[in-house]
Amino acid sequence: MKIRAIGQLFLALLIVAGLAGCSGVEPWVKPYERDRLADPIMALDPDPVSTSYMQHVYEAREGARGGEGAAGGGCGCN
Amino acid sequence: MITRRIAITLLGLLAIGNAQGGVLPEDRSDVLYHLYDGGGVAIDGPSVLVRKQVGKSMSFVTNYYVDHVSSASIDVITTASPYTEEREQWSLGMDYLRGNTTMSLGYTSSVESDFDASTYSLSISQDMFGDLTTLTLSYAFGEDIVGSSVDSTFEEFNTRQHYGVGLTQILTRNLIMSLNVETITDEGYLNNPYRSVRYADPTVIRGYNYEQELYPRTRTSNAVGLRAKYYLPYRAALEAEYRFFIDTWDIESHTAALAYVHPWGPWTFKAKYRYHDQVGASFYSDLFARSEATNFRGRDKEISPLTSHTFKLAASYEFIGGAEGWGFIKKGTLNASFSTLEVDYHDFSDLSTGAVLGSEPLYTLGADVVQVFFSIWY
Repeated sequence: MKIRAIGQLFLALLIVAGLAGCSGVEPWVKPYERDRLADPIMALDPDPVSTSYMQHVYEAREGARGGEGAAGGGCGCN
Repeated sequence: MITRRIAITLLGLLAIGNAQGGVLPEDRSDVLYHLYDGGGVAIDGPSVLVRKQVGKSMSFVTNYYVDHVSSASIDVITTASPYTEEREQWSLGMDYLRGNTTMSLGYTSSVESDFDASTYSLSISQDMFGDLTTLTLSYAFGEDIVGSSVDSTFEEFNTRQHYGVGLTQILTRNLIMSLNVETITDEGYLNNPYRSVRYADPTVIRGYNYEQELYPRTRTSNAVGLRAKYYLPYRAALEAEYRFFIDTWDIESHTAALAYVHPWGPWTFKAKYRYHDQVGASFYSDLFARSEATNFRGRDKEISPLTSHTFKLAASYEFIGGAEGWGFIKKGTLNASFSTLEVDYHDFSDLSTGAVLGSEPLYTLGADVVQVFFSIWY
């Protein structure tokens, strides 16, 4: 049941993608208001090499994978 | 078989993780040294990444990564012999920007003595709503060839497919969030050929014996991840993450993390805590009742019920920056981080103690992870 729910969320995101092209939404945060978001400390992934390595450390030692912004992978490492 | 499927992890770095509609990733290079030490396992090596824009609309990225492994883990010392191994990986990716759309392609090859992995990926990102929203659709296909260092005739295959949807959303002038949904399907040989399960055997003195593990040949997993980053009233940032995971092996997990980023002059400091809790696979058992007791059987501690905690401290020093730069280099940083990881296994006995059957203590893993790296932007 939970797997189905996640599948429905997946589908909903695809529908958002489809509707986006028809939308005329006004941006509520203007470009000149994004100075704080442009600060390097606000980067979601400032060091991709380091992030990717830590994801691998976790995936090698836990059963979960994926859903972290980059494609994930499981592992059965010794 | 030290690092199954890391190819997919690093592939995200090349093609998917960096994909943003409307703007190409920054030109940069990173040279990283990594060290993992814990549970009788030491893994270290370099990772080098180079990304360069070509023309106005294309960016290429390549990554070289090596793991040098020395293993005498709890699994190895109870059922096998300590070993050393090396894994080498090359990746190549390309991003193409057209308007507010970025298309990305990636390829990764990972080679070790008993495991070869090739992965191909593509993704497309679109900026929408005045660049407040970025939607990314991604797909990756992987092929693995599984061998064995103790049986040269052994050869098995896996295929794997990833389907991902990501949404990054600016919510306020201080808050950005991202949502990622990812489905991964595997088909093929999903065992580890060196691993065994334990079953009760009254005919031997210690009361148990070993036989080879046997996994299902298919697996489908779903993960939903949510991240948020908030700019505090003073110049600092707070980051929160949550992920829910479930798969057809009945593994179910919750992962959450909280981080604080604080700049101070040319320095940036970060502190992070991560929590992970999972329910084990349906075919996992620490001790099966008898030989071939179930259709599928596994005793890999990674698929057992467990809870892990990670504390991380990181510091970054910007040695080149400002308006001048240094030659063609606009910015340079020296970075170091230290993480300490503790995994508490709720149903995985520590057999190295020699305790009597039924009274073995549960195993706990403690490990340290060190990363040191240079980054330059040009």
